[in-house]
Amino acid sequence: MKLKAVTGLVFAGLAYAGIAGAEVAPGDVVWTDNVAIAESLTGAPGNAADGVAVVSSRAQGNCVACHEISALPNVQFQGNIGPSLDGVGSRWSEAELRGILVDAKHMFPDTRMPAFYRTTGFIRPGDGFTARAANPETFGPLLTAQQLEDTLAYLMTLTD
Amino acid sequence: MQHLKPVKTLALASACAALFAGAAFADPDLSAELVINDGELTLVTRAPSDDVITPNLPERYSGWLFRDAATREMEMDDFENPAMLAVEAGADLWTTVDGSAGQSCADCHGDATESMAGVRAHMPHLNANGVLWSMEDYINNCRTERMGAEAWRWSGDQMTSMTSYISMQSRGMPVDVQIDGDAAPYWEQGREMYYTRYGQLELSCANCHEDSTGLMIRADHLSQGQISGFPTYRLKNAGIVSIHNRFRGCIRDTRAESFAEGSDEFRALELYVASRGMGLSVEGVSVRP
Ligand code: HEC
Ligand code: HEC
Repeated sequence: MKLKAVTGLVFAGLAYAGIAGAEVAPGDVVWTDNVAIAESLTGAPGNAADGVAVVSSRAQGNCVACHEISALPNVQFQGNIGPSLDGVGSRWSEAELRGILVDAKHMFPDTRMPAFYRTTGFIRPGDGFTARAANPETFGPLLTAQQLEDTLAYLMTLTD
Repeated sequence: MQHLKPVKTLALASACAALFAGAAFADPDLSAELVINDGELTLVTRAPSDDVITPNLPERYSGWLFRDAATREMEMDDFENPAMLAVEAGADLWTTVDGSAGQSCADCHGDATESMAGVRAHMPHLNANGVLWSMEDYINNCRTERMGAEAWRWSGDQMTSMTSYISMQSRGMPVDVQIDGDAAPYWEQGREMYYTRYGQLELSCANCHEDSTGLMIRADHLSQGQISGFPTYRLKNAGIVSIHNRFRGCIRDTRAESFAEGSDEFRALELYVASRGMGLSVEGVSVRP
């Protein structure tokens, strides 16, 4: 009983730390072999259902601008600049997929795929789609850590 | 790629095969012929590539080939082509007196069907001082220096009407711009820009219009991004779009800080992109979705 209360407390402490400090900032991402990222960016698993909105919405990841996902037949106008994402959950490990989402240029050096969780190294970065210069004070990555983990959780369900 | 394990390489190979199949279904209809007014004129929509200007293109294609049949047909009939309203407005402006000198374009240049034939085909080109100018610059220079009139806005209605009217006088002539001699530094600057990956999406013109020709980016079928059809009537905008306005939009779409219409950068880019279409017909005024 006593022991349980103590561990409960410890866990509560950890969970608190998770909310306050465990989110990995774009500059602090730790790469393995330069292509994979083992740790969740939020410190917790993502939500696959929320990931569907990220991959299909223009305002979020808009992955379907370039990729087809046959599991989402209701999402109109899927592009084909990149390979179909069918089966990606079987082709790559979770850590590799996280790396591809954070910055695909680690895995595919000259790829057309944008880096979704990087904030430096751009030429004339803009303020969204306004054609004006980005404000360095407010400039953020294309996806939040949460959106990225949700996308990743969804991709892991795309197995063959 | 060196990081890929053999299994992954295989997966990617099949993904590439799938990509190829994708490219096939989205390919432009290369057999389509751009015939104007039931045979009055046939425009060249496919021209040979060369190793100097377009070493990475198998062939040069007009953007017209990539459009659906309904949009293509609008450009084939001057009564259906909505850009012809701008051409008519431009013809009116040609003879309209404006400014303190009390003159119209026609007072100096006479009949545009003669004096302006070929102007679009060679645009942009160096002015008498060796500076690269676009058609808009020549027009505004005449207005401010010769007519004593106000300059028009780069993409304003009057300017796009006038560029539409003047461009029509070169319809059917092959794009033929000077890229050597004093034009060479501008051309190099434009080429540099074409391969620069601007914006937070880090996409160059070449990433979309050279590496992805024929593929779909969401609902859009990517062409080679040629300007031989400009000015263009864009159905989406319900109006005429200038070359620099199109450039601005494409750079904006990479989540970048764009360049201004009429900037030195866009003049240089215009020369380079025009050269990538050498041999294609000037379309006069085109129709795009
Ligand atoms: C502008 C185009 C573009 C966008 C937008 C894009 N990708 Fe990609 N993606 C590519 C290309 C091209 C590749 C192929 C890698 C290469 O270049 O060799 C790729 C590869 C991938 C791969 C590896 C696929 C495989 O079969 O091995 C995954 C996974 C992936 N993308 C997921 C995503 C997700 C998720 C998003 C949105 C959050 C996204 N992509 C947005 C272009 C894009
Ligand atoms: C993110 C992808 C993307 C990038 C990067 C891009 N474009 Fe485009 N561009 C498009 C799309 C989509 C269209 C409309 C379909 C088409 O004609 O390809 C288009 C159309 C055009 C057209 C009109 C072609 C016609 O026949 O009407 C021109 C010209 C053009 N682009 C030039 C450029 C130049 C120059 C750059 C670089 C400064 C550039 N584009 C960068 C996506 C892009």
